[in-house]
Amino acid sequence: MSVAVELRHITKRFPGVVANKDVSLKVETGTVHALVGENGAGKSTVMKILYGMQRPDSGEILVNGQAVNFKTPNDAIDAGIGMVHQHFMLADNFTVLENIILGSEPQHGGTIDFASARKKVVEMAQQYGLDIDPDVLVEELGVGQRQRVEILKVLFRGARILIFDEPTAVLVPQEVDDLFQALEGLRAQGMALIFISHKLDEVLRVADEVTVVRQGSTVAEVKSKDVTARQLAELMVGSELPKPSTLGHTRREEITLSLKDVSVPTTTGSRDLLANISFDLHAGEVIGIAGVEGNGQAELVEAIMGLRDYTGSIQFNGSGIDDLSVADRHDLGIGLIPEDRQRQALMMNSPLWENRILGHQRSKPVMRGFVIDKKATVDSTRTIMEEFDVRAPGPDTLAAALSGGNQQKFIVGREMSKAPALLVASHPTRGVDVGAQGAIWDVLRKAREKGMAIVLISADLEELIGMSDRLLVMLRGSITAELDPAKTTPEQLGSAMTGAA
Amino acid sequence: MSNVLTRKLSPSKIGLAIAAPLAAAIFSIAISSVAVIVSKKSPLEAFKTMWEYGTEVGSLMEIVNTATPYYIAAIAIAVTFRAGLFNIGVEGQLRLGALFSCYIGAMFVLPPVLHVAAVFIVAMTFGGLWAAIAAYLKVKRGVNEVISTIMLNSLAGGLSAYLLSKHFALIEEGSNNLQTKQLPASAQIPDLMPLLRKIGVEDQPGGGVYGMFFVAVALGFIFWFVVNRTRFGFELRASGLNPIAARVSGVNSKKMTFIALVISGAIAGLSGLPEVLGQTHSYNLGFRAGIGFSAIAVALLGRNSAGGMAVSALLFGFLEVSSRSLELIDIAPETYVIMQGSILLSSVVAYEVVRRFKLTLQSNELAKVVQG
Amino acid sequence: MKLLRYATMLVFVLASIRIITGASDLTSTGTASAALLLSVPIVLAALGGLFSERAGVVNIGLEGMMIMGAWAGGYIGSQHGPWAGLLAAVIFGSLGALVHAIATVTFGVDHVVSGVAINIIAAGLVRYLSTLLYKGGSWPGPSQSPGIETIPLNGLPVLSGGHYFGWKSPDLLGSVANLNWFFISDFASILRGLTGDVSYVTIVAISFVPLAYFILWRTAFGLRLRSAGEAPTAAESLGVNVYAMKYAGVLISGGLAGLGGGFLAIVAASNYQENQVAGRGYIGLAALLFGNYRPGGLLAGAGLFGFADALQLRDSAAIHALLLFIVAILLFVAFRKFKSGKQLSAVLSLASAGFTLWFFFAVDELPGQLVTMTPYIATILVMALASQRLRMPAADGLPYRRGGLR
Repeated sequence: MSVAVELRHITKRFPGVVANKDVSLKVETGTVHALVGENGAGKSTVMKILYGMQRPDSGEILVNGQAVNFKTPNDAIDAGIGMVHQHFMLADNFTVLENIILGSEPQHGGTIDFASARKKVVEMAQQYGLDIDPDVLVEELGVGQRQRVEILKVLFRGARILIFDEPTAVLVPQEVDDLFQALEGLRAQGMALIFISHKLDEVLRVADEVTVVRQGSTVAEVKSKDVTARQLAELMVGSELPKPSTLGHTRREEITLSLKDVSVPTTTGSRDLLANISFDLHAGEVIGIAGVEGNGQAELVEAIMGLRDYTGSIQFNGSGIDDLSVADRHDLGIGLIPEDRQRQALMMNSPLWENRILGHQRSKPVMRGFVIDKKATVDSTRTIMEEFDVRAPGPDTLAAALSGGNQQKFIVGREMSKAPALLVASHPTRGVDVGAQGAIWDVLRKAREKGMAIVLISADLEELIGMSDRLLVMLRGSITAELDPAKTTPEQLGSAMTGAA
Repeated sequence: MSNVLTRKLSPSKIGLAIAAPLAAAIFSIAISSVAVIVSKKSPLEAFKTMWEYGTEVGSLMEIVNTATPYYIAAIAIAVTFRAGLFNIGVEGQLRLGALFSCYIGAMFVLPPVLHVAAVFIVAMTFGGLWAAIAAYLKVKRGVNEVISTIMLNSLAGGLSAYLLSKHFALIEEGSNNLQTKQLPASAQIPDLMPLLRKIGVEDQPGGGVYGMFFVAVALGFIFWFVVNRTRFGFELRASGLNPIAARVSGVNSKKMTFIALVISGAIAGLSGLPEVLGQTHSYNLGFRAGIGFSAIAVALLGRNSAGGMAVSALLFGFLEVSSRSLELIDIAPETYVIMQGSILLSSVVAYEVVRRFKLTLQSNELAKVVQG
Repeated sequence: MKLLRYATMLVFVLASIRIITGASDLTSTGTASAALLLSVPIVLAALGGLFSERAGVVNIGLEGMMIMGAWAGGYIGSQHGPWAGLLAAVIFGSLGALVHAIATVTFGVDHVVSGVAINIIAAGLVRYLSTLLYKGGSWPGPSQSPGIETIPLNGLPVLSGGHYFGWKSPDLLGSVANLNWFFISDFASILRGLTGDVSYVTIVAISFVPLAYFILWRTAFGLRLRSAGEAPTAAESLGVNVYAMKYAGVLISGGLAGLGGGFLAIVAASNYQENQVAGRGYIGLAALLFGNYRPGGLLAGAGLFGFADALQLRDSAAIHALLLFIVAILLFVAFRKFKSGKQLSAVLSLASAGFTLWFFFAVDELPGQLVTMTPYIATILVMALASQRLRMPAADGLPYRRGGLR
C-alpha cells in the first residue's frame, strides 16, 4: 500500500472568503477515505482543486509521490484522477456512450471510432458490475443508472484515484447498497477512493479513514473504526449540534388544509405523478412528507400552490381553492418556501427590498393600492433582517451578495411577515450552514406554537423526524405509509421511503 | 464603509454609473475617427463641424424632432425588454399605426383635442393589434417573438404599400406620390413655436418643434412610474429578471407576455405620429423608414430606463442631424451610421462588463462586513 | 423512406393543382430551378444557425452577417471575379460573427441583444461603405455594386443536358417534362430543374448539409461543439475547451451566412444591391427551427421556403393556385385532428379551409405587394405549426462562464 494522493497545506481564497486554509489530506491505494464537513466547510473546493477545476493559492499536490501542477481538469485526468460529481454532469440529449467518450474520443481516420469505444465501455461495465446500455439517451435513465455512467466516465479515462462527491444524496437505499458493492470492487482493484459526504453513518460503513474539515481547515484525521457518528458530527461543528425537535402538542381543532384524492396525471404515459393524495392538516400541526426525490413531492407542492393542474379537491380553512390562481392562494394566506431559492424565490440581481415584494405584490404593507409603497417596503425589509438575523449591510444589498444561509433566512422571514395560516416549506434548510439551520428550525417551531399549519418536505431524515407531528411517506406519487415520528428511527424511515418496510 | 452596498450616492457608485457610457463613448469616438481617416479627412475637423452645426438653434429643434419618435418607440421596446421579451416589430407596428390613423382620421371632423385623441386611439389600436398577432403566436404556439415580429415587419411593409396604393390614397393629378387625404386642421398638433418665442427663440426656416414632444415627455414619466412604482410594473420586471420566481410568486406569465407585447405595440403605434401630425399631415410613400430599428439601439443604449433612453434618443438625433454638415467638408454624411453602430456595440458590452465588476466588488465588500 | 413518401405525395398534390388551375409554373422546370437557387442562401443561413445554436449561442445576427457577405461579395466580386468574391463573403461574414462571439462568449452580453445590435450595425456599415465607394466613383449607385461575372452552370450528364469537356449530353428529363403527362412529367420537370443548369456553387452549398451532419455527429470536434450547447459544465469538467467550441460554432455560422449572402449577390443576382438579403437570415433561422436543429430537417425547410420564394418571383398566378395547396393542407390537418379527438381544432381547420377556398374563387389575381409577402407569411405559418415540438440544445442562449460562475 502506498500513498496514492496527498494534499499538503492547500489554501484557496475567493473574493471575500477563504474557502480552504492549510488543508492536508493523505489517501492510500486500496482504501476508501472519507472527507466530511458541514455545508460550506470547504470540502467541494478542496476536491475541485484536486480535480484541476480550481488552482490553489498555495500548497502542494502529490500523486503517487510526485508533485503535480494541474492547470485544467485534463491534467488531473491524465494523472489518473477522476471525479464522480454530486450533481451529475451529463448531457441529457446525448447517448451514454457519447457522454462517456466526450473529451477523450477514440479516433479512426478523423472520425470517432464508436465501435471500439462501445466495446471498451461494455467490457468495463461488466468488469465492475456497472451494467448499462451504451446507446440509450441519458435523459431516459434513472438516478442510479446515471451515476453508473458518471463512474464509467472516469474509469474510461484510466482513473486510479476516484473522488465521489456526495454520491448517496439522491439514491434509494437499494441503490446505495449497489454503489457500495461497486466501491468494494474498485477498492479490491487497488484504486484509491475519496468519498465526500455528510451522511455520517454511511461514511462509517464504507470508509477506512475519515478526514474532518471545518471552516476551511482540516481539524481531524481518524480511522473510522475509532469513532462514532456523533463524535464526527461534533468535530464537524466544533460544538453541540442543534437538534431539530418539537415539544408538546400544539395541534388545534381547526383543519387548515385538506386534500382529497388529489392527482396529477402523467404526460408521458408511465405512472401518474400524483395519485390520490388525501390528508388533513390541522392548525398548529407540522406534517412531514418523506420520500426519495422524484416521487411526487415537488408536484404536491405545485398542486397546493396552484402552479400545476390537478384533479381532486383541496380545501383551505374549509373552502375549496381549486379554482383559485397562484396569486389568489398567496393572498388567502398560504406561504411558500420553495425548494430552489435562487431559481424560485429570489431576483438575484435586485436589492433585498425589491425581493421583499416578490410573492407579496398584492398586499400591505408593500402596496398602497396598486402603487408600491417604497418606504414601508424598506422598513419591513429592515425589520425582517433584524428579526431573522439576516447578515447583510442593509435593504439595498443585492440578493446575490448574500450567503445561502442568509438568503434562506430572508426568505423565511419574508413569508412569515404576512403570518400565513399555512406554510409549505420545501427543503427549508438545504444547503444552509448549521447556524442558519438552527435559526430556521426555531422560527418554524414558534410559528407552530402560534397555530401555523406547516407542510414540511425534506430529504434530511433527522429534520423530518425532529420537526414533524406526523410523517407521511410518498413513493411513486402516492402516500404509502403514515408514521409517528416519536416512534420512528431514521433507518426505519429510510426503509419506508423505498417501500421495503 | 461599504458604499457599494448601501448608500445610494457616493463617488464610487457614480463612478461605476458613468464607467460604461464613458467607455462606450471613447470606443465609438475612436472607431468613428478611423472611419473619417479612411476617407482621408481629419477627425477633429469632422467633430468640430458637427458640433458647430448641431448646436445651432435650427438644428437643435430638428434634433428634438428627430429624437421624439425614437424616444416613443424606444419606450415601446423597453416595455418588452424589461419583461424579458423582444419586440423587434416596432417598425411595422408604427407604420400601420400611422397609416390607419391618417386614413381614418381624415374621414371625419371632431373638435381639435378630441380629434387628436381619436387619431391617437386609432394608432394605438392598430399598433397593438399587429403586435397581438405575435403575442398570440408566442403564448399559444410558443413561437419565438423575435422572428415573428421581424416577419410581421416585412408583412406590414407589404400590407401598407398595398393598402395605400389600392385603397387608401387619393389620386393626385400629375403627382407620383401616393398619399392619404390630408388630415383636417383639428387633427393637427401645432408646433411649439408660440411657447418658444416667448423665451426668445427665433423662428427657423425648418419649422418648429413638434407638439408631440410633450406627449413624448409625458409618456416617459408614465413609463417610469408604471414600471418602477406599480404592481404591474413590478410583475413586468420580475418576469424579466427571473421568470420562474415570478411565476411562483403569482404572476400569470402568459397573460403578462401577451399584455406586455400588446401594450408595446400600442405605444409603438404612436411613434409614427409626430411627423405625421406635426408636419406632413398625411401618410405617403415618403414615410420615414427605420425609426423602429434606431429605436432598438436607443433602448439598448438607454438601458431601458426613461431617463437613459431620453439621453440616447437625443444623442442619436444629434448624430443624425449634425452629420449632415459633414457633406460641406466632403465627408459622407452616412458616417453617423458608423457612430451609432459603434456606440451601440460598445455600450452593450460595457454595461455587461461593469455589471460583472460590480458584482465582484459587492461580494468582496460583503465578506468584509460579515467577517469584520 | 418517409422522405420519399412525402416527396411523392407533394408532387402529386402539386400536379393535381396544376391540372385544375392551369398554373403550369407550379411544377415547371424553371420554378424548380429557381426554388433550388433561392433555397441555397436559406440553407446556408440555416446551417450557420445550426452550428451556432448547437454550440449554445443564439445567433439572431445571421441576417447582418449575410448582409456583410453580400456586400463583400459584390465589392470584391466586381473587382476580382466571382470566386474571390465568394471567399471575401465568407471572410466578412466571419468578421461579423467574431464580433458576436466576443460580445456573447467573452463578455456575456445577452445573445439576442448582441444579434440584433449586429444586424443594425451591419446594415448601417454596408450602407456607409457603399456610399464611400459611390462617392469615390467606382460604384454606379450609392447602393449597388458594379456587375459581377457569372459562374458557369452545369447539369447531370445524360439526364439533364450537362456539358462536359465540350460535349453536350442529351436531356432526357427535359424531354419527358415536355410531354405534359400528369404526374410523370411534373416529376420529371421538377427533377430536371433540380439537376440541370445548376451552378457549381449550388452543388457545393447543398453538399454542406451532409457534411455538417458528418462533422457534428461523427467527429470529435462535432461532439465537443454539441456538448458546449447541451451541457457546457459537463464538457468543461472533461477538459473540453467550451469557450473555443462556442467561438468555433459562431465563426463557422458567420462564414456560412456570409457565403449565403455572397451567393445572393454573385450567383442569384449579378451584383450587390441594398436590401438584397431581405430577411433571409431570419428565414434561415425559421428553417432551422422547422428542421428541429437537424441538417436533414433544415434542408426540407429551406426547400419549402425556396419554393415559396421562387413562385412569388416568377408567377403570381401560381401563388394564387397555391391557395388550393393550402386548402389541401388544412383539410389534411383537420382530418388528423379529428382522428386524435381534437374536435374544436378540427372544425377550425375545416373552417379555415373553407375560407381559403372561397378566397381562391373570390379573388382573381393577388396584388403584387402581397405576393412578395409569401416567404414571410410562410415563415410565420411554419413557425406557428412547428414551434411546439422543438428540442433545442439544452444550454442554448445561456451565458457561460468558466468554473460555472455567473
